[in-house]
Amino acid sequence: MSILHTVNKSPFEKNSLETCLRIAMEGSSVLFIEDGVYGAVDGTSLNGKLSDAGNRLKFYALGPDLKARGLSENSVMNCVEVVDYDGFVDLVVRHDATYACL
Amino acid sequence: MKLSVVLNEGPYQHQAADTAYNFTRAALAKGHEIFRVFFYHDGVNNGTRLTTPPQDDRDIVNRWSQLAEEHDLDLVVCIAAAQRRGIVDEDEQKRHGKDANNIAKGFRISGLGQLIEAGIQSDRVVVFGD
Repeated sequence: MSILHTVNKSPFEKNSLETCLRIAMEGSSVLFIEDGVYGAVDGTSLNGKLSDAGNRLKFYALGPDLKARGLSENSVMNCVEVVDYDGFVDLVVRHDATYACL
Repeated sequence: MKLSVVLNEGPYQHQAADTAYNFTRAALAKGHEIFRVFFYHDGVNNGTRLTTPPQDDRDIVNRWSQLAEEHDLDLVVCIAAAQRRGIVDEDEQKRHGKDANNIAKGFRISGLGQLIEAGIQSDRVVVFGD
């Protein structure tokens, strides 16, 4: 069963991303939204954890939320694909369930 | 696909109120059916028609009403959360002897059973908020 996990808090504010990485099963995805997009930025202390999980999970970030925070699409890690709201909807449809990681 | 949306946060307080709206609009534009939008906890504050945001700001409440009219959406406000926060329709006004009501167009007040039903009837449920 593939699950789309949404993370809406910065990993430097709450540990919801780390919780998410711990519980997400192989074949699932993580979508960074709202302040969660800070977790996708390249060059932070979180990069190692994301890279380690990269072979079993897919990562996406919501483009409009990056833009709203002054972050360009090039500022995210290579393992993160940037999507728009259409892409968000497609991800929800493509996975068996959606789970908001809090 | 049949989708439902749950919104747990109030307008102008948490980005979830915007994210949920943008997601719902995108899903409708892609031809998906929105079975229900359920407003829970502080999310019920999206259902008052008495907000007057500045003209150059987005009208978070009104745009839900507009979207509901365009797409015949079922916008459901949780009754217990609404009672606590003063979101009142005509029935609730009579039942509790209040001097006014404030429910916005397109919204209706009902119970948690509507959330359970949305979970059963929809292919996917997406939750926004903390």
